[in-house]
Amino acid sequence: MKFLGFIIVCLTGALLLYGTGEFPGWGDPHSPASIHLSNDYIEKAVEQTQVPNLVTAVLADYRGFDTMFETAVVFCAGLACFLLLRDFKEKKERFYRHTPTGVILHVKDSKKVLKTGKEFEHMDKDWVPSDLIIKTICRILIPFIQIYALYVVAHGDFSPGGGFQGGVIFGSSLILLAISYDLKVLVKRVKEKILGIFSAIGVLIYVGIAAICMPMGGNFLDYSKLAPLVPGDPHHVRALGMLGVEIGVGIAVTAVMVIIYINIVSEGRHEEGL
Amino acid sequence: MTDLLTLIVAKYNYWLYVILMMIGLYAMIAKNNLIKKLVGMNIFQTAIILFYVSIGYKRDATIPIIQNAHGGNDAHAAVIHAADYINPLPHVLMLTAIVVSVATFGVAMALAVRVYQRYQTLEEDELRMRLVDIGPEK
Repeated sequence: MKFLGFIIVCLTGALLLYGTGEFPGWGDPHSPASIHLSNDYIEKAVEQTQVPNLVTAVLADYRGFDTMFETAVVFCAGLACFLLLRDFKEKKERFYRHTPTGVILHVKDSKKVLKTGKEFEHMDKDWVPSDLIIKTICRILIPFIQIYALYVVAHGDFSPGGGFQGGVIFGSSLILLAISYDLKVLVKRVKEKILGIFSAIGVLIYVGIAAICMPMGGNFLDYSKLAPLVPGDPHHVRALGMLGVEIGVGIAVTAVMVIIYINIVSEGRHEEGL
Repeated sequence: MTDLLTLIVAKYNYWLYVILMMIGLYAMIAKNNLIKKLVGMNIFQTAIILFYVSIGYKRDATIPIIQNAHGGNDAHAAVIHAADYINPLPHVLMLTAIVVSVATFGVAMALAVRVYQRYQTLEEDELRMRLVDIGPEK
């Protein structure tokens, strides 16, 4: 199998390498990819949409349908992870730690539930005390990462950034919280129900903004028809519509990243895990 | 021989991506462990992403953010030349492709976790043996 695979790979690679002979040179401004549609995008996008970041303009306006279904794909991935892995069965054994003394209690009867609070703490079987340096550094870093993520989302129209990138950064800050502390700390702060609702709300914001354009007399995703609803300069209404859409994308991506992470590391139990 | 060498030097970016892509394809075909197959799939996707981004590049051009266009309506009085900005379209396509690759990777990991929960292994040959032993239904 290995040898056969190697032969297949070599043949495919040789074929592709032979094909590169026909490709345009590195950085050629007259390559076929750069002479048809992209010139129109570059020269007219600012005039038509008032958004200097062309990537955002193309992503959220010219190719709005593509991005909408892309967000739906991300939502479906979160849903698939949840349905594949989520396990609502309670574990039989539980471990508690008496916080002042550090004594660990092993409760084998699943019906006996200790009240967790100041004195007792629900913990994993293979629990190790988390490192003070890592905890402190992450506690300092996480708010800044989150503010940076919000900045990336909010400035997606004017500088490199956008909903997908900002959402991933925000989601990774929450994942950092789970890694540096404990999965329980994250699950306690960010409830599973909230994550599920947010991932749906993100998609809904996108579709909602697109759908509001229709009763206002435009096509689906025609942001310019939102002008009566938005205060301020009507020239910027397309940029504002894109900002709203990007916020929806950011919310959905954040929630889905955390859902995927929590379900995979804890094998769907949301109790133990990294 | 010199012909081939000049061809490689002229198109070296495509050669790198093809080699990277073939590493990923080989991992997907020949590796025994499911996680290693997933890593191969990610390498394959990365090669395609790099390929698209390099298509969008133009010599002597800057990133696709129009300069001095932040001011408002009178800012686009200056004429914008398409040759000054690299092609935004491959960037848009790859931006969404990266997110979808993360999402598919998450689903693939979830499936791998389920496989491990049921068969206690991720090696393909052992999995095949256990499938024969246990049968399709437990």
